Amino acid sequence: MGSWYWWMLLGMAVVTYLPRAIPLTFLEGKELPPAVSGVLRNIPFAVLGALIFPAILYAQPDDLLFGVIGFASAALIAWMGGGVMGTVLGTIAILAVYSLLAG
Amino acid sequence: MQREGLAAGLKAGLTIAIGYFPVALTFGLLAKTTGLSLTETVAMSMFVFAGAAQYISLSLIAAKVDPVLIVLNTFIVNIRHFLMTASLNEKMQPDARWKKAVYAFGITDETFSVISTTGEGRVRTSYAAGVIILSYASWVIFSGVGHIIGANLPLFLQAAMSIALYAMFVALLVPSLKGNRKIVLLALTAAAMNGFFFWTGLLSTGWAIMVSTLASAVIVEVLYARRGKVLRRAVERKEGA
Repeated sequence: MGSWYWWMLLGMAVVTYLPRAIPLTFLEGKELPPAVSGVLRNIPFAVLGALIFPAILYAQPDDLLFGVIGFASAALIAWMGGGVMGTVLGTIAILAVYSLLAG
Repeated sequence: MQREGLAAGLKAGLTIAIGYFPVALTFGLLAKTTGLSLTETVAMSMFVFAGAAQYISLSLIAAKVDPVLIVLNTFIVNIRHFLMTASLNEKMQPDARWKKAVYAFGITDETFSVISTTGEGRVRTSYAAGVIILSYASWVIFSGVGHIIGANLPLFLQAAMSIALYAMFVALLVPSLKGNRKIVLLALTAAAMNGFFFWTGLLSTGWAIMVSTLASAVIVEVLYARRGKVLRRAVERKEGA
């Protein structure tokens, strides 16, 4: 790559950093209207829904069953109280067995 | 009671570090096949630290797209972090602006999800720092390792590990769903809308996640505010009688 690469990297770094930093620094110490802070408190749970679905189904783009098994295993382990680490490792283990058998 | 600090943050960050491992490894390998040097690869992970945007940039570089457009695309993909950090600001302990400007750099989909679903009340800066340090280290180091040795894991394990980050998201969400219909509604609404955008191809992934998240958060809030008003009115009527 030429020097353009480093200029592009600088640009990418800046446009990635700004949306992360502006709200955290500008809103510090500011009291937002209750309706707005209510919406903001909802964001984590809404974003988790959107981050999981439907992308989890396509974790292996050409194997839908892989995603379905992964989704079901993770939900089940988490529901039974497996914790974050337990869920991640348990789901990987189940899919490793599946991939060995299917592959 | 002293709330959870650096050690608890590092422990929580370990899950993300494991999830990043295969993703970073693959990024390093793809960067190499795209023609990036080791320095260029590691530098991108160090200075940008945004998985989706980095992957997309590789395919655009390979397609010889104008670098200006690559930067613009990076912005569009990452604009959803605006929403996340605005939300995170409500959750974090108040602190010096410079400290917030420093840890803001480490807010990704994953670190945001872990930090903002941490228990009741405010989160300490040191906890966020712990989560971010391990995640960042994993991302940068394994990008480099991927470039040097390639994605040198057995194929079945590599495939299995591709579920890690999604499994983590599920594990963060599911316990909060129990007995909380508002959270169930929030997650389901956002997931359904995101599915709609995905299968109709109406919006690209970055926009789809942002629009469905914001719409779900607003709709559910309005729904509950209205319900709250009806309940309050019923109580007032009762007291009046």
